[in-house]
Amino acid sequence: MQRQIITLTASRPLTADVVELRFAADTSAIVRPGQFVNLALEGLFLRRPISVCDWDADGLTLVVKVVGKGTARLAALRPGAALDALVGLGNGYDVDACPADPVLAGGGVGVPPLYGLARALIAAGKRPAVALGFNRKEEIFYDDAFRALGLPVAVATADGSAGAKGFVTDILPEGRYVCCCGPEAMLKAVHARAAGGQFSFEARMGCGFGACMGCTCRTIAGPKRICKEGPVLRREEILW
Amino acid sequence: MVDTSVALAGLRLDNPVIPASGTFGFGHEFAELYDLDVLGSISLKGTTREPRFGNPLPRIAECEGGLINSVGLQNPGVRAVIDEELPKLARVFHKPAIANISGFSVDEYAECAALLDARPEIGILEINVSCPNVHAGGMAFGTCPENAAAVARAVKAAAKKPVFIKLSPNVTDIAAIAAACVDAGADGISLINTLLGMRIDLKRRAPVIANRMGGFSGRAILPVALRMVWQVYEAVDVPIMGLGGVATAEDVIEMMLAGATAVQVGAENLVNPWACPEIIAALPRAMEQYGITRLEDIIGGAHHG
Repeated sequence: MQRQIITLTASRPLTADVVELRFAADTSAIVRPGQFVNLALEGLFLRRPISVCDWDADGLTLVVKVVGKGTARLAALRPGAALDALVGLGNGYDVDACPADPVLAGGGVGVPPLYGLARALIAAGKRPAVALGFNRKEEIFYDDAFRALGLPVAVATADGSAGAKGFVTDILPEGRYVCCCGPEAMLKAVHARAAGGQFSFEARMGCGFGACMGCTCRTIAGPKRICKEGPVLRREEILW
Repeated sequence: MVDTSVALAGLRLDNPVIPASGTFGFGHEFAELYDLDVLGSISLKGTTREPRFGNPLPRIAECEGGLINSVGLQNPGVRAVIDEELPKLARVFHKPAIANISGFSVDEYAECAALLDARPEIGILEINVSCPNVHAGGMAFGTCPENAAAVARAVKAAAKKPVFIKLSPNVTDIAAIAAACVDAGADGISLINTLLGMRIDLKRRAPVIANRMGGFSGRAILPVALRMVWQVYEAVDVPIMGLGGVATAEDVIEMMLAGATAVQVGAENLVNPWACPEIIAALPRAMEQYGITRLEDIIGGAHHG
């Protein structure tokens, strides 16, 4: 974990309530895709944990959906804005543990960390397939970003306005190794269909770095802090 | 050169700043962030006889100037604390630590106290009779003078090291409870634990916290903590560890002027993991600014007859 000031260099809306933010930052503390940053925002006591979508030597990309006060403030930031950030939190996805052809299954705002994971898998010589789920056509984002990486992408929408009608599970082949991020109901449904994989969980956090025990969940391997031993849990250790 | 050291129940602390229980784990995990030996001491995660998972999620709700937590005394149990956590701490922290003990019966408090009292890593026992997040335990002992005194008496009989009773602010007369604990033999008082509070999710029309209520802490509660430290200082003649909303070196000085000998930093650690070393580094300059040469000289310094 590293504390630093990160500076917004670009902000771009992806949908009506999802925004992509690019920050100049020292990313040396980020060692795996699926890790997160914890951002201090003026006037809000707790930091806001946001998963890293992608990163390189010069900075990192976050994709934020507006769901409350903190995310609304993040979405309204203008280039030049400086934020106090804890960088390199959580365990992230284990790329080495993935087979050569994992499926990346993302739902809604759970999609972004899978982009960094896709790039890391490709760099490791692996070729993931991508399955994305959204509520409706207007909410779809990043499908083209995955295609631009040369990966096969399937999309499902709950209302059928684009791609297959239904949920991610409806376009997910059975019995595969799946790296998943999305709402808990989706994680659970994908978990049931997958033969193995890694699942990224979300929780209300106090600190984000393991001090407060505010986000502990039960696992086969005993209590785990979503922020520290998570957010990514292996399929076989998850208890629902 | 200013002197930041304080004497606390027979221990000499290099400075009065101590991370508060529940915001610092068992300490050793913070060793990757900074040299723990800069701290006055560390109050360890609340420990019970049996391992506890704690409460269901969500356990955290944000508030203006703080947060509500309902962790529910998650800990691995006193045996694992002694066998695993304390040895890890001893490798990275070379001063006496403070064991924080909770229980569901007077006997459980005494049993845990005896076990931790025997450990060389521990310098002070802090007895939590004020956790708002467990049913029929914790705070139930700390909201009535007789029950709090019964715990203090039993722990004193079981332990040789100094015993501080950590009090709840969710009471009508904290001074009476503190006095009862001191009469029962307590060597010091820690206060305050969190204020019982809640938040309601407007979309779900239901409490944010799974356990409905939780303990409110953070900068917003500093005035309440100061008031209660002041009241207890007037009522008893034992050292006080003051806590509640402390986030700056100036807050430490204010808490000591109210009557605290040592000062714990809680919720601030959760938003700034370097809060304690930053406060400690800022202390000498803040002392100079207010004309303080020996920090110890200002304890209770705002009480004038």
